[in-house]
Amino acid sequence: MENLESLEKAINSELTTKILSSKIKHDQINICIEDNNLIEVMIFLKTHSSTKFKQLIDITAVDYPERDKRFKMVYLLLSHEKNSRIKIEFDIKEGEILSSLTSIFPSANWMEREVFDMYGVEFKDHPDLRRILTDYGFKGHPLRKDFPLTGHNEVRYSEEDKKVIYEPVKLEQNYRNFDYESPWEGTKYIKEQTKE
Amino acid sequence: MAKEVKKLNLNFGPQHPAAHGVLRLILQLDGEVVEKADPHIGLLHRGTEKLIENKTYAQAVPYFDRLDYVAPMNQEHAFALAIEKILKINVPARAQYIRVIFCEIGRILSHILNVTTQAMDVGALTPTLWGFEERETLMGFYEKVSGSRLHANYFRAGGVHQDLPKGLDSEIAEFCEKFPKIIDDLETLLTDNRIFKQRNVDIGIVSKQDALDYSFSGVMLRGSGVPWDLRKSQPYDCYEQLEFKIPVGKNGDCYDRYLCRIEEMRESVNIINQCLTNLPKGPIKTNDGKISPPPKKEIKQSMEALIHHFKLFTEGYRVDEDEIYTAVEAPKGEFGVYLISDGSSKPYKCKIRAPGFSHLQAMDYLIKGHMLADVPAVLGSMDIVFGEVDR
Repeated sequence: MENLESLEKAINSELTTKILSSKIKHDQINICIEDNNLIEVMIFLKTHSSTKFKQLIDITAVDYPERDKRFKMVYLLLSHEKNSRIKIEFDIKEGEILSSLTSIFPSANWMEREVFDMYGVEFKDHPDLRRILTDYGFKGHPLRKDFPLTGHNEVRYSEEDKKVIYEPVKLEQNYRNFDYESPWEGTKYIKEQTKE
Repeated sequence: MAKEVKKLNLNFGPQHPAAHGVLRLILQLDGEVVEKADPHIGLLHRGTEKLIENKTYAQAVPYFDRLDYVAPMNQEHAFALAIEKILKINVPARAQYIRVIFCEIGRILSHILNVTTQAMDVGALTPTLWGFEERETLMGFYEKVSGSRLHANYFRAGGVHQDLPKGLDSEIAEFCEKFPKIIDDLETLLTDNRIFKQRNVDIGIVSKQDALDYSFSGVMLRGSGVPWDLRKSQPYDCYEQLEFKIPVGKNGDCYDRYLCRIEEMRESVNIINQCLTNLPKGPIKTNDGKISPPPKKEIKQSMEALIHHFKLFTEGYRVDEDEIYTAVEAPKGEFGVYLISDGSSKPYKCKIRAPGFSHLQAMDYLIKGHMLADVPAVLGSMDIVFGEVDR
């Protein structure tokens, strides 16, 4: 798509230093920015006549617990006019507070609530930053890599108390995570053959 | 002198037949006029994304059936496409056609359910009874091809699980011949029905700009006059070779969205017919032994096939380090998968972008100023399925 390349150039020439790196992969533009430029970059991408990324597709985070800047924030935008997609990403530390996009895209409201719920990333100027998918009174952030797959609490109806009660998870058998990955890679020439 | 009226807070759901699942809607009412709606979701949250991170790519496919459970294969499609793009697998032509046939069947399944239950929400029972009979036939096709009526687990990275059983193509063709008549019958019940129109016309109007701002997609966007369909604008599989029209609404109200869905069903029949006449012969999945398991017969004779089989069903195939966002036009809108692979046989992250999530978010904006009785009509026309909203 040559169209995409010229679009990438246009974005780079307008935003210049605000973009740390940019590339095209899988028919999508990927740009890395700094977190304090988020609002400006978004307003530019949404309103500028050469871009018109009018729709916010999704906001999500990725957890890399071993990194110093633990979370990678990912914003996906779509331009109907240019028929192209762009991904904006940047890294943040745990506890860092981001600016909310709700004033630019109203749909960011629930998406940011979900990121807050799942990863514990907070947003300032968000109108209503509550948990969204998890239970009322839930503790922890489930999509962090250090949150156990089986969770902490389970719910059941107690015949004695005649109500639904919360208890710590009791498993007959622990969740078993087998390591099937063999370090053996096979001979190189066979790999090349099968690639054809 | 006006009497002081106290505002009423009303809990709509989570156990309400018109809530289309487990939606808890907290409505603030002034008399019968809704002033504020606060949807509480997550009552069906199963942590799909977390579970997928702990499963191999092949084991993750069934979770996609359980998202939008009225059109399961459309979701599998997005996941399969994501893996295929990373691994650069070429999908055989026959597999592409089969996938498109079943995606369109999924679209009809979803639209029948939505159109008829929406009619039921506003007081018409007959369409539901008629429509569900057709759904039964369609789910029969699902069962014949995959073994289960709902949770198909049929699409694979690189193709589909198995070929169409003998005679299924002619059965589907037979259905396609009869079905347009059923749509006509449904339309005689609803399209010019006075009550149905009174309940839907000019209700829940979405302007073009708001549809974009609120991240609407699918019928919710097209109903407001934006001609945008991923099957046309960013075609995947064999959609490029097919001819079909994109119905677009004018007023963006519940009635236009209903009309769009009816027209889309007709187009889907049209697409299925084209696929059936052009259905090529050949393999139904990639022959790369490192990705798709060998046929049972070969396992008995070939050592290599046996090893492949063993490795694929224990470790699974590995996916190179990469990240990708792929989207398909699911019946409800843009269904996307944002996949990050780290070179192992399990995804590092798999974010699911469900169309219903953004649609439901706009509930407050859509319902403000409407009457309480319009809540089910608006909710019905948004086509919400909680499997995908709550994930």
